Amino acid sequence: MGFISRGFRGKRRDVASSSRVPPGQYVVTDFPVLSAGPTPRVNLDKWTFTIEGEIDEPKRWTWKELIALPSETVTKDIHCVTKWSKLDTIWKGVSVDKLMDGVDTAAEFTTIFSDGGYTTNLPLDDITGNKAWVVYEFDGQPLPPEHGGPVRFLVPHLYFWKSAKWVRGIRLEKEDHPGFWESNGYNMYGDPWREQRYWGD
Amino acid sequence: MTVEERRLDGNAIGGLLREIFTMEMTAAQATCAGCGAINAVGRVIVYVDAPGTVVRCPECESVLMRIVHGRGRYWVDMSGTRSLEFAEG
Ligand SMILES: [Zn+2]
Repeated sequence: MGFISRGFRGKRRDVASSSRVPPGQYVVTDFPVLSAGPTPRVNLDKWTFTIEGEIDEPKRWTWKELIALPSETVTKDIHCVTKWSKLDTIWKGVSVDKLMDGVDTAAEFTTIFSDGGYTTNLPLDDITGNKAWVVYEFDGQPLPPEHGGPVRFLVPHLYFWKSAKWVRGIRLEKEDHPGFWESNGYNMYGDPWREQRYWGD
Repeated sequence: MTVEERRLDGNAIGGLLREIFTMEMTAAQATCAGCGAINAVGRVIVYVDAPGTVVRCPECESVLMRIVHGRGRYWVDMSGTRSLEFAEG
């Protein structure tokens, strides 16, 4: 599918919602699947979520431990750097604040890492303060594998490539290390409202 | 369509690589930096439904190339391709 046709895939919203759509984006009602590789097969009995790096002892949760944590259901607009936005998406999961409870760290940056080798980098301040979640349900259903299930990261105020699919943990770091896309052209920060798509934006 | 059904072969990047290298590249031989397998570019695995184009080794699935195109520029990461051998144009 060529670049031009992308703009015609979704329906444009009325003016009332335009204040929710960042510059250069259009609204879709479907949920496009973006993938940089094969969908990992995940064995939930062996699955863990880990916080590691600049921390005395890594913190680790099994699948059962993660879903037993207090959860939140959040409704968020998401913005993909390939120019589609999807409004009012509903997710259930655990806030990063909850996972970071009691963690003492000198880190200012993080690398989110996933099954399949995908990584993305985020300032710690952008995933704490009620801004990011580790989610396992979309729209009231278990998160499907093609959308990152069983568990994906959700950091909706930045472009959606930061919301890593098939997430397995957070590495706390003193320096900002570019991730999978950030090391080859895509922006280190990725604020959709400032159209920070590429290096130099 | 599932992600697996949307997985393409290397002919899908024939046009893109011709823009970058200004010659036909699908017959070029790419050596994987991960496992050492050598494959014609036309035979590699290509994912185009992503922020950029991701090219993977058909033997070990590790990333051979990442190509991002935007703002009138290309970014080409070939760190996963140890060697790219091709005839003069
Ligand atoms: Zn290989």
